[in-house]
Amino acid sequence: MENNHVHPTIQKIINLTNQDPANCYQCGKCSAGCPVRDYFDDAPNRVIRFVQLGLYDRALKSKAIWLCAGCQTCSSRCPQNFEPAKFMDALREIAAEEGIAPSDKNVQKFHKAFLNQIKNNGRSFELGLIRDYKLATGKLFQDIDAAPTAILKGKIGFTPHKIKDTKKIKSIIDKAVKGNTK
Amino acid sequence: MNFGYYPGCSLSGTAKEFDLSLKEVLKYLDTDLQEINDWCCCGASSAHSASHLLSVALPARNLILAKEQGMKEIVAPCAACFNRLKVAQHELKTDDHIRINTEELLDTKYSDGINVLNLISLFQQIGLEKIKSNAKVDFSKLNVACYYGCLLVRPHDILKFDDPENPTTMEEVVKATGAKPVDWNFKVECCGAAHSIAHTEIVENLSMKILDDAINYKANVIVVACPMCHSNLDMRQKNIIKHNPGRNKIPILYLSQLIGLSLGLDHKKLGLDLHFIDTAPLIASLSENEVAV
Ligand code: SF4
Ligand code: SF4
Repeated sequence: MENNHVHPTIQKIINLTNQDPANCYQCGKCSAGCPVRDYFDDAPNRVIRFVQLGLYDRALKSKAIWLCAGCQTCSSRCPQNFEPAKFMDALREIAAEEGIAPSDKNVQKFHKAFLNQIKNNGRSFELGLIRDYKLATGKLFQDIDAAPTAILKGKIGFTPHKIKDTKKIKSIIDKAVKGNTK
Repeated sequence: MNFGYYPGCSLSGTAKEFDLSLKEVLKYLDTDLQEINDWCCCGASSAHSASHLLSVALPARNLILAKEQGMKEIVAPCAACFNRLKVAQHELKTDDHIRINTEELLDTKYSDGINVLNLISLFQQIGLEKIKSNAKVDFSKLNVACYYGCLLVRPHDILKFDDPENPTTMEEVVKATGAKPVDWNFKVECCGAAHSIAHTEIVENLSMKILDDAINYKANVIVVACPMCHSNLDMRQKNIIKHNPGRNKIPILYLSQLIGLSLGLDHKKLGLDLHFIDTAPLIASLSENEVAV
């Protein structure tokens, strides 16, 4: 879907999600069933409304796009078959690409630490993930009570399971993730 | 019977009891798993937060490997992996643009043709009759809350598995063990998923509502098929209790552990000692034929 009269941000959303935000008729059903709505600044339908009105900056700076848990309750209930969960994914990706500072740094740092584990090992390595996340956020004492139990029970290993093809995985991630994820 | 196996990262780490119990049960039911050689992470919830292309490319690499290794059907017991594999498969099939970009990124051609099974569909294939006829322990007083969470049933159009609002397939498996599934409200509510580390408060709050509803409906145990759900309901339950003193505990079992228990398999081999919420009282009450509430 390419259209010369469409704003570039809308075009990016359409390219990433195969759906046009104009299809949302603002019934609010997505927000009514959203389990994380209480923690959002803007309800899901409101973020969609910002985009419909051309207020891209408001949408891309919304906390909601980072706090969305991706549960897809909204997407499965939308009477217009619009998928707000996909829309939220796209806004996160566009925000990073456009260098907009994430409105929730912890979530962004978590995803970054997670992807770093995959880059280094080809798989997620929990101890490395927790270490990198703590160093990035300065939350050094979080989960300090849970970690020893998990280690004692052998649930968190000390060495990552590395795959053979880590070089390839690293290049895949570097090429696919365009935006500023710092 | 023989299936390809995509364990995913959690099952070799914090969810190792899921892997242990599944293999124990399948051995008993004469079913072999062949692990995909050199599989990588499916990207879980982080890849699709950073790049749509990456969220398709990582699962695609695993689907291509499975095919190269001669597999036709693979089991992804982790609900999140199952979800990512199925969604990627759908997008590769229906969107030429994303397929071409993925092939370019991976430097390999993609061709469709792998059937991806989740934990429940695996047991459906093996046959619930087989579980029923081998059940050894009396579960008749055991009330089970079947918790599906999000990723087994949504998005329904793509996964085409069960019902997105009121699924019942896990209940059928539980009935085969002789236990009683309870009718409750939170089986497809979100536990907060990957926010466990970045927003523990959200996860504790959402998970507490799920635990409360299960307890309200007189469940003795919550059964899950997702490592993220398990860690949020089991590991985070410790903090939930700490922050809300006097609460009742409820043990959280993987569906494979429940089946293993009913088959009379060794508790240690099922990893029942690896939980944060002690499973011993539940197990003890089973042998006394009187289930703790
Ligand atoms: S449920 Fe669908 S149509 Fe209604 S407000 Fe949400 S996205 Fe728009
Ligand atoms: S996917 Fe995100 S926006 Fe939609 S209901 Fe779940 S948390 Fe809310």
